[in-house]
Amino acid sequence: MSEPIIRAQAVEKFYVQPDGNRIEVIAPVDLDIEPGKIIALLGPSGCGKSTLLRMLTGLSKPSSGEVLWHGRPITSQNAGVAIVFQSFALFPWLTVLDNVEAPLEARGVAAIERHKRALRILDTVGLDGFESAYPKELSGGMKQRVGFARAMVVEPEVLFMDEPFSALDVLTAENLRNELLELWLSKKMPTSAIFIVTHNIEEAVLLADRVIVLGRNPARVRADFSIEIPHPRDRKSSRFVELVDYIYKIMTQPDLALAVPGATAAAQKPARQKYQMIPHARVGGVAGLLELLHDRGGKEDLYRLAEVLIMDAEDLLPIVEASVMLGFATLKEGDVEITPEGVRFAEAGILERKILFRNAALKHIVILQQIDSVLHAKADHSISQEFFYDILDEHFSQDEVERQFETAMNWGRYAEIFDFDRESHRLTLAEPVGEPHPPTTTPVQS
Amino acid sequence: MLSGGLALFYGIVEVGRNWLGPFTPHVEISRRLSALPVYAGYSLLRIALAYVVSLLFAITYGYIAAYRPRAERFMIPLLDVLQSIPVLSFLPGVMLAMAALFPGRQLGVELGAVLLIFTGQVWNMAFSFYASLKSIPREMREAAAIYRFNWWQRFLQIELPFATIGLVWNSMMSVAGAWFFLMACEQFSDFRLPGLGSYLQAAADDGDTRSIVLGILTMIAVIVMIDQFVWRPVIAWAEKFKMEQVESASVPTSWVLHFLQHSRAVALFRKRAVRPLRERMVHYFARRTDAPHESHALVWFVRAAGIAALVAISYAVVRVVIIVAGLPSADFRQIGIGLAATFLRVNVTLVLGALWTIPVGVAIGFNPRLARIAQPVAQIAASVPATALFPVVLLVLIRLGGGLGVGSIVLLLLGTQWYILFNVIAGAIAIPTDLKEAANVFGIRGWERWRKLILPGIFPFLVTGMITASGGAWNASIVAEYFRFKGQTYSTVGVGAMISSATEAKNFDLLLVSTIALAAVVVTTNRLLWRRLYRLAETRYKLEG
Repeated sequence: MSEPIIRAQAVEKFYVQPDGNRIEVIAPVDLDIEPGKIIALLGPSGCGKSTLLRMLTGLSKPSSGEVLWHGRPITSQNAGVAIVFQSFALFPWLTVLDNVEAPLEARGVAAIERHKRALRILDTVGLDGFESAYPKELSGGMKQRVGFARAMVVEPEVLFMDEPFSALDVLTAENLRNELLELWLSKKMPTSAIFIVTHNIEEAVLLADRVIVLGRNPARVRADFSIEIPHPRDRKSSRFVELVDYIYKIMTQPDLALAVPGATAAAQKPARQKYQMIPHARVGGVAGLLELLHDRGGKEDLYRLAEVLIMDAEDLLPIVEASVMLGFATLKEGDVEITPEGVRFAEAGILERKILFRNAALKHIVILQQIDSVLHAKADHSISQEFFYDILDEHFSQDEVERQFETAMNWGRYAEIFDFDRESHRLTLAEPVGEPHPPTTTPVQS
Repeated sequence: MLSGGLALFYGIVEVGRNWLGPFTPHVEISRRLSALPVYAGYSLLRIALAYVVSLLFAITYGYIAAYRPRAERFMIPLLDVLQSIPVLSFLPGVMLAMAALFPGRQLGVELGAVLLIFTGQVWNMAFSFYASLKSIPREMREAAAIYRFNWWQRFLQIELPFATIGLVWNSMMSVAGAWFFLMACEQFSDFRLPGLGSYLQAAADDGDTRSIVLGILTMIAVIVMIDQFVWRPVIAWAEKFKMEQVESASVPTSWVLHFLQHSRAVALFRKRAVRPLRERMVHYFARRTDAPHESHALVWFVRAAGIAALVAISYAVVRVVIIVAGLPSADFRQIGIGLAATFLRVNVTLVLGALWTIPVGVAIGFNPRLARIAQPVAQIAASVPATALFPVVLLVLIRLGGGLGVGSIVLLLLGTQWYILFNVIAGAIAIPTDLKEAANVFGIRGWERWRKLILPGIFPFLVTGMITASGGAWNASIVAEYFRFKGQTYSTVGVGAMISSATEAKNFDLLLVSTIALAAVVVTTNRLLWRRLYRLAETRYKLEG
């Protein structure tokens, strides 16, 4: 194996809160980027993929551990890297040509040379004739081509891509992926390795020579394997489908690597010291999924489901996880299956659904249980949101706290467990329609 | 070319002679027609000078606040306070101080005026620049870092472009406000300056209607010219700095910009001068990338400046405490009464302003045809600074036999109603058609329609307008409550009158304490009332797509 270009040794990212409590975002990771390979980093949304990418490029410092560039500590000034961004990050006030020339300007390349190199690279990515256009005149695919050109013009040894295709529509993304692969395979790219962060499982299997799957909360490497299918890869081939299925399985079963083979996620009792993290799905999404499952006979392959819904794993998985967490569905070997509870929900009317959801939520969702019991305990049945922020603060990063709270509000209001007043930031006990209030601890008729 | 150069040279000499010349306490204002352009020139020069200083200061202040978290923690709250202090309350103090700083020179008073305009216009610009820097998308910053942009490139290709649109709009607002302050400065009792403000004052003094009309017309002409030759082209040019992903349908245009962009001389200038210069800058800074980002000398300088400022502030606080302790209790009572009277006056003005502007503004906003006619007219009316009209209004009031008690409210109204009117019009236009149609379909009309649709719809705009108007009214109260006219002093009860009369009587202790008390009241009302309303407008009454 050849010498790695970038080597990460036990890099870790955590935040220390004022009270000394440590929120770990990325658990210690070892990772080598070797020449000649496309490496894909996969993981659920919000798991810290992008943070890891930024540490590998020298943009962000790890809390502990070290990233080496050819054996020396990395900084964004010494590393021969470039990034293609999800949002393109082009400068709207510069023309296409000026955008591509800007990195060369920063390196002090003379005007004529700058111009020549920029034109050559624009030619490579198929942007002939667009030199003097402004980014806002271009379509998304064209904009990302400019992003590629800007990255390649500095001839980076490693080209990093942070979800480069996810802001594009399906067809454009497919086209651009193929062109990227073509450039890479025909050795027209001035880079010796590509590191691509994505949440799109098929994309990873289509492009990469090596796939790394990250787990969540904190991020850690769940799987790291090579793909040796020759290019161009056929999405319909059995090896391809197998790999995609395998990755789905890893991603939907948080403890697979640690568990006895054959055990299911639903049956496992994860260690209880970690606070329950609710997936960011809306009630409407859960309802839609259950209806679809019910219509399709109650059981479906995740990969197929994603295809039917034309959804990314990133969007689909939280909905599936939420349904599982609420006891409306189970996951087994990459298949989702609806439970009797789920069937009842799918068949119920509007008001009955609320009651079913409420019962399920109070039975399974820790934060909602806590809110419910606190509200019942208080004399005025009302409490400030700060109280729950403080609880969540102990376990999650700032952004995650907000998201957890948002989702909990969405679920709790729908279930009529409480009302939430956004102006006073207070939660108050709701008067549910239809049935008397259940006792604070959570028995439920089922 | 040659004649232009000659004119410029003559102008510089003339200004230099005047500003460096001995201090003239009673500037004789000539009312010949030929003198008008000269006065307009003087006024314009003060505005331009103050604006350039403001721009530089705003960029520096915003830059430091955005990139130094430790400085940010006190710089931004400070900005907030400074922004809400009525600048005109410092007019007497600043003028006295500057005149003392350059004894026997006109320069002191001139710089005093510039300084005052500067303090009136700089804060919102600084805040806008700071907020723009803060809102640069993370990925764009990362792109700059990963592609090794140096300081210069970052500033020129990211930070400045990103802040341009905000800066342009805030500059327009600031300069419009600057006219208001400038007129007050030029008319200020003992330190009258030659300019359009003093010209109008002198004309009103003599009841010379022809001169008044000519003065106001000149004023309007100057403002329209600034609009056509400066703001329009700048706005049209700044269009390319919009952070939009797709091109918008209607793009502002300017014939001046069009002319400049197609002029051969300008193109030649760019090719021969701008581009080579830019290229040299690029290489100069590219070579310096390895150097540390800032020198130790600068860090120490900043620290020393900070400590010096701290010492100065502590000293000032101690002095103020001593002065306050020594002030007789009668003065305190007087300040209390004055504050209450001015507070009442300001708020009556706001209510009166809102009462007529809401129906009129909504009528204009709902009727596109009316808006097309009314808006330009209102814009011109609003562009004439209220302070320029004070002498004229006073003249009319005195002829009608009213005192300054009523008169001051008219004067305040004159200066502040436009803010409310424009915001109400904008708010009425912003109410979506489908909401209006929904109201029609459900038969909501009359008072119900106002309560359910119109008032909530314009609420955020109304609050914005009222906040600006309130600030303007407090400012105007300084000059509106105390007026010297035809050698006679007209005044009414109020803290503004106290500040002016304390200056006249050279009672500096009273001047200082009442200025501070006024500032404190304004900042407190902002915090307690306006800030809350604004938050309410931002959350509950925001029309979201």
